[in-house]
Amino acid sequence: MAHTVTSPVYVVRDNIDTDQIIPAQYLTLVPTIPEEYVKLGAYALIGLPDALYPTRFVSEGQTSTPYKIVIAGRNFGCGSSREHAPIALGAAGVEAVVADGFARIFFRNCVATGEVYPYDSAVRLCDVLKTGDVATLDFDSDTLTVGGTVYSLKPLGEVRPVIDAGGIFNFARQSGMIAGAAPSV
Amino acid sequence: MTLTEKVLARASGKAHVQPGDNVWVNVDVLMTHDVCGPGTIGVFKREFGQHAKVWDQSKVVIIPDHYIFTADSMSNRNVDILRSFVREQELPYFYDVIDDPSGEWKFDASKGQLERQYGSNYTGVCHTTLPWKGHTRPGEILFGTDSHTCMAGAFNQFATGIGNTDAGFILGTGKLLIKVPETMRFFLEGALPLGVMAKDVILHVIGEIGFDGATYRAMQWEGPGVYSLSMDDRMTIANMAIEAGGKNGIFPCDQKTLDYVNERVLENGTKSEFKPVEIDADQVFSYDKVFDLSKLEPTVACHPDPGNRKLAKELEHISLDRAYIGSCTGGKTSDFFAFAEVVRGKTVKIDTVGVPATTKVVRELKETLWGGQSVWQILQSAGVQLTENASCAACLGGPVDTFGRLNKPMKCISATNRNFPGRMGNKESEVFLASPYTVAASALTGHITDPRTFIS
Repeated sequence: MAHTVTSPVYVVRDNIDTDQIIPAQYLTLVPTIPEEYVKLGAYALIGLPDALYPTRFVSEGQTSTPYKIVIAGRNFGCGSSREHAPIALGAAGVEAVVADGFARIFFRNCVATGEVYPYDSAVRLCDVLKTGDVATLDFDSDTLTVGGTVYSLKPLGEVRPVIDAGGIFNFARQSGMIAGAAPSV
Repeated sequence: MTLTEKVLARASGKAHVQPGDNVWVNVDVLMTHDVCGPGTIGVFKREFGQHAKVWDQSKVVIIPDHYIFTADSMSNRNVDILRSFVREQELPYFYDVIDDPSGEWKFDASKGQLERQYGSNYTGVCHTTLPWKGHTRPGEILFGTDSHTCMAGAFNQFATGIGNTDAGFILGTGKLLIKVPETMRFFLEGALPLGVMAKDVILHVIGEIGFDGATYRAMQWEGPGVYSLSMDDRMTIANMAIEAGGKNGIFPCDQKTLDYVNERVLENGTKSEFKPVEIDADQVFSYDKVFDLSKLEPTVACHPDPGNRKLAKELEHISLDRAYIGSCTGGKTSDFFAFAEVVRGKTVKIDTVGVPATTKVVRELKETLWGGQSVWQILQSAGVQLTENASCAACLGGPVDTFGRLNKPMKCISATNRNFPGRMGNKESEVFLASPYTVAASALTGHITDPRTFIS
């Protein structure tokens, strides 16, 4: 498995709550229905106020984003417990969110679903980087490299193998905590 | 151990737990609703099989409440997904919108938003329904697929919000792995002065510790001030633990708790045995502060986050387009009574919308008479647009035809619990959170107003 991802970053500030990640009117989409999962990606971060975020995260008419890494400030993912939030980001093609800090339920939902890696940063990257800067995230060295500057990230620890496996159910099966393969549906 | 540690120790079969321990807890109640229920059911079936059965039918509570009174066909479909799962699993606790267990729900937009469109089993907002129907009990573990599940901490239990995947796991196993949080203590002294409500307490505290001041931590409420608060007040406070990032909020159990819970578990035939957790002498807190309730003043959380605290009297220059009363935290009978005290015999100056949390609230407002008039009539006479269709409604925006939704950039003062950009609909709108008193006073003047102007 490739342990790095190189992509332009999308930069947001503090307190990006789940309504900004996926506004409430799109919660009629059920994430376990495949065509509705794809639609959730199309609406990722559409709740950001236009005046503060003139560059759209997902272009009109698209279902995925060119920004595979999101850089955020404090308390990313605060607000509701909707799992649609990490799912919308994952469905849009996001690999990781690197933030000053995460709200509890969002962090847990990232791990449970295996949709995105929630990395804590040692420095406040949303003050340093701007949307469009190209970064390389190295999951083995826990670093983010932008234009020759290397920023260290807090290692994901026990969370990483769960997300690598694709969420808690897959992890539990791979590690023998749950017997057998997933039942056919 | 703190109250939270004691509940988690008991639920995990351990004599002692401490912050940072990861423990498997046995779940007493799992609640889900129309927004996250279909996805939870999807996870459950994908992982446990199409013919799997839930771990314990008596411990699953399903409450459609979010997007009910909307012509949005996917929203209507999601209520039908819940109904067919309930039928298949033979679940006893389902508070359906319609009475026909094999019917389909379709909202009739031609009847408008105000007139009742539900059957005899429908209840309304999940967090207000759970205690009413006898599903909240001291000492227990409650998980719900909704962040405001923490409201049930008012009843001396561990209650918190989770995602669909965790909820799907619980449906199959009845267990969840969780980390024991550190506990912060908020020690209340004194009693609330005139014009100040429980909402002001929690807005004050969130302003004090910040929007992420309780992240990953339990908020424990103690002290003589706690015992002066009604169960409704405690619910208002516990509800907003999540607005400071808290994992849960929790109150001690007193006679008020026992009376409230005993009456409702008996009335509804739910589980009548439970064991409260008592306060230990050897608690360890990561934060410990005394708050004097008698010093508090009407408080507002300004746009754009619940920690952006100001006093109502400092904000009189902010003119408003709408006032809103409703939601789990602010749509209880006592909230509407407080609102009615202020607007009684007067007329609101701005668009004012009221959405009772539950159908019981609707009934109580209609049946309670003040001087020969029902509280419902008093509110209507003052110009409040009241709907009989109890639900979450515009607290979280919802589909565009949701009653009270902010469909254009507006300034709204609201008795709800969250005000990040776009929360109530339009993402350029500004929402100011306040007590029912402050919302009512502001509705009368058209600008943010200290309610003590109207209360004597």
